[in-house]
Amino acid sequence: RKNVEDFTGPRERSDLGFVTFDITADILNGKNGLQIIFDWNVKQLFLYLSAEYSTKNNALNQVVLWDKIMLRGDNPRLSLKDMKSKYFFFDDGNGLKGNRNITLTLSWNVVPNAGILPLVTGSGHVSVPFPDTYETTKSY
Amino acid sequence: QLYYQVSNFGMIVSSALMIWKGLMVVTGSESPIVVVLSGSMEPAFHRGDLLFLTNRIEDPIRVGEIVVFRIEGREIPIVHRVLKIHEKQNGDIKFLTKGDNNAVDDRGLYKQGQHWLEKKDVVGRARGFVPYIGIVTILMNDYPKFKYAVLFLLGLFVLVHRE
Repeated sequence: RKNVEDFTGPRERSDLGFVTFDITADILNGKNGLQIIFDWNVKQLFLYLSAEYSTKNNALNQVVLWDKIMLRGDNPRLSLKDMKSKYFFFDDGNGLKGNRNITLTLSWNVVPNAGILPLVTGSGHVSVPFPDTYETTKSY
Repeated sequence: QLYYQVSNFGMIVSSALMIWKGLMVVTGSESPIVVVLSGSMEPAFHRGDLLFLTNRIEDPIRVGEIVVFRIEGREIPIVHRVLKIHEKQNGDIKFLTKGDNNAVDDRGLYKQGQHWLEKKDVVGRARGFVPYIGIVTILMNDYPKFKYAVLFLLGLFVLVHRE
């Protein structure tokens, strides 16, 4: 984790987090293997991995680290290893340093051919603790 | 005879208006139904798709949701997904959006110096959708002659249709 100037946002230094992750998911079978998520009315799933945490500045922060569009017909099994986040994990301030409780969850938005657009959160989640110090070396 | 037709027409118009106003109240949104105008959310939504929105204050804004928002000073509503949120204890929230089909987030679209969106910029959250149907309003907007033809046909229909 580094403390870096976010050039796209407000001109103050904010914490930038670096996370690598593995995702294994079997979207075809629901929680009990009974639900079929990809039924005739499902056009695509918009999957996203988000990090949720609290800081001194903000009671709730959510940052999408990675997303993927899975169309009906695509391979419903995900087996991704050593992924780097697609989007910069900038905090609004310096709340990542020493933050022990960052929860990563995989969720998805079901996009039907027509009808309701539900957001579903996967049942598994992972806790990621950030160290107390900043990295000075370019290890990313 | 004419009086009957005029009042019939008036009733249709006021019923439509009442339904629209009712929808506004039930959903909490000033614009409960919007048409997708660009391809920035493909392949989920295409130009001409119709979106049904709600804007209830009790529903908190969370990442992954599809929001319809207006940038201050601009009329055209934008339909994109929430990428990042930072919410204070008192409920004040600032968030960042991005179109699924865009490579970068929407910061470049916001007003000069604006880095985040707030609740006040939100028209509503997309809860459901129907494809293609909204293409009629896009056609009417781009081709005024088509709009007049539609209105003319509607008027004709009302006048011709007698109980």
